[in-house]
Amino acid sequence: MRIGKKKNHIHVGMRDRIFLILVHAYLLLSLLMVLYPLIYVVSASFSSPHAVISGQVWLYPVEPTLEGYIRVFQNQSFLSGLRNSLFLLVCGTLCNIVMTILAAYPLSRKKFALRKPLMFLFVFFMIFTPGIVPMYMVIRNLNLIDSYLALILPSALSAYYVIITRTFFESSIPEAIYESAKLDGASEFKVLRHIVLPLAKPILAVLALMYGVGHWNSYFNALMYINTQEKFPLALVLRQILIQNTVDISSVADMKTMMELEGMRDLLKYSMIVISSIPILAFYPFVQKYFAQGMMLGAVKE
Amino acid sequence: MEKSQRKKESVGVRIRKELKRNGQLYVIIALPVLYLIVFQFAPLLGNVLAFKDYKIKLGIFGSPWAGLKYFKQFFSSPQFENLLSNTLLLSIGQLLLGFPLPIILALALNEAMSAKFKKVVQTVTFAPYFISTVVLVSLIMQLLDPHMGLLTKVLAKFGIEGNLLGMPSAFRPIYILSGIWQTTGYSAIIYIAALSSIDPNLYEAAAVDGATRFQRILHVNIPGILPTIVVMLILESGKIMNIGFEKVYLLQNDMNLVNSEIISTYVYKIGLVKAQYSFSTAVGLFNSAVNAILVIFVNWVAKKFGEGGLW
Repeated sequence: MRIGKKKNHIHVGMRDRIFLILVHAYLLLSLLMVLYPLIYVVSASFSSPHAVISGQVWLYPVEPTLEGYIRVFQNQSFLSGLRNSLFLLVCGTLCNIVMTILAAYPLSRKKFALRKPLMFLFVFFMIFTPGIVPMYMVIRNLNLIDSYLALILPSALSAYYVIITRTFFESSIPEAIYESAKLDGASEFKVLRHIVLPLAKPILAVLALMYGVGHWNSYFNALMYINTQEKFPLALVLRQILIQNTVDISSVADMKTMMELEGMRDLLKYSMIVISSIPILAFYPFVQKYFAQGMMLGAVKE
Repeated sequence: MEKSQRKKESVGVRIRKELKRNGQLYVIIALPVLYLIVFQFAPLLGNVLAFKDYKIKLGIFGSPWAGLKYFKQFFSSPQFENLLSNTLLLSIGQLLLGFPLPIILALALNEAMSAKFKKVVQTVTFAPYFISTVVLVSLIMQLLDPHMGLLTKVLAKFGIEGNLLGMPSAFRPIYILSGIWQTTGYSAIIYIAALSSIDPNLYEAAAVDGATRFQRILHVNIPGILPTIVVMLILESGKIMNIGFEKVYLLQNDMNLVNSEIISTYVYKIGLVKAQYSFSTAVGLFNSAVNAILVIFVNWVAKKFGEGGLW
């Protein structure tokens, strides 16, 4: 009996060990599959055009050079796209955060009579998204075509993040705080500014990151509403350069052969991919410590 | 008469009381409500275009009614079947292949022995989420370039040759696999959060019962995150008809259009590029309606199986 149990125990130990090896192999494989293309792009962006086009780059930069990056920063449409996108990122995200807090705070208050019906409306509009054409008509009627407001206002609020933020407020701010604030005669605005917001840092970080990513990466709204080339955000400029293959020839005119031109074009693309991804990726580590906390409190409501 | 008068008054009094008590909350939420009216409700009303013969001079509401003309036109058009099947195949393929992977990744991360390794894997797999669609697609194009793409060379060794970007049969695999590459780490976060809230006593109980790690996952971890899985499934099913327009549009070219034209890209081209407003609104409305029915259906199924839906 005793021996049998011990045997079973060893058996479990063996199985667990095999299982753990499999799990770690899987994790390692996932890690490499995600990491390798990223490393390849970064390495390619630092290699010479010749090395890129002849396929010598596998892991680390070959014949290292900064040429691609220098040329990217000589490209006027890229630079203006970068400026526009940074501007949109800051204004758009600020607008998003303010609006989300303004919506989530009243919805988190249990004594608010319209709490349930308004919550229903938010969920309703999350499911029934407006069609492209009716949305376009609204923007046109508001005279917002070719204006940045057309990129900021229609996406000012995401019902999904309103729900997460509301849940965060409900679960992290005890009702007693509101009662004592009321006894002190503090207005709702004061409570929101001086009590709720300081406690909401984790969720603010999540909102800033998620809305920020959205602004930085979206191109479709700009494609619909922005007509002037000088106003194009980076994503739209990148679409022209990277996908429609319209590299400004003036910046590569001194290349002698087709081969060199082709290589330079590739190098430019890799450098642009890296540069345009940096602002958001650089932002991520700063908010990462809040991220798990914010997501968890906001989303997992049990 | 008197009774209704009194009732009216009491409603008025109640509103006044509520405004006195919570007036400031109404001020705070005024802007978001204005947003809902202008940018959500007005476009919803604008869908009436689908039932009208839109004339710019007459405006949306002045234009004559067209009834179901544009819906009939869409259902009987030669593209209808192709558009619908392309949309469904792409999104259902993505759901079937893409939905389980974040769960598996989260469960695997939960078993990782080293906290450092766990953090590295989690951070790295999360990173591609921040890459924009434009950059992702251009990355795919570079890697699959028929002449010098890295992946093209690797795939050639396995006998997969040719210009994959222009091959209709390769469109769905490219779309789905690149989506998995980009979002698995991000989607896993929610499950990791859910796993961390499982009562540790359950693990101990399982260990006392002599369960292997694998059995513990089956009987403790998965049941523990099941409510989260259900909520995510409902949210994902809400995207079935609204599958990422941006990436599909960028990956499209004349050669793979047979498989890559989906309803939303069609609506964009017909509506805004060719300015057939009423017809494209009808197509878009059909799309939203199917989508809403899907969400409501999945939610209903979830409730039926006692997993508590989204609402």
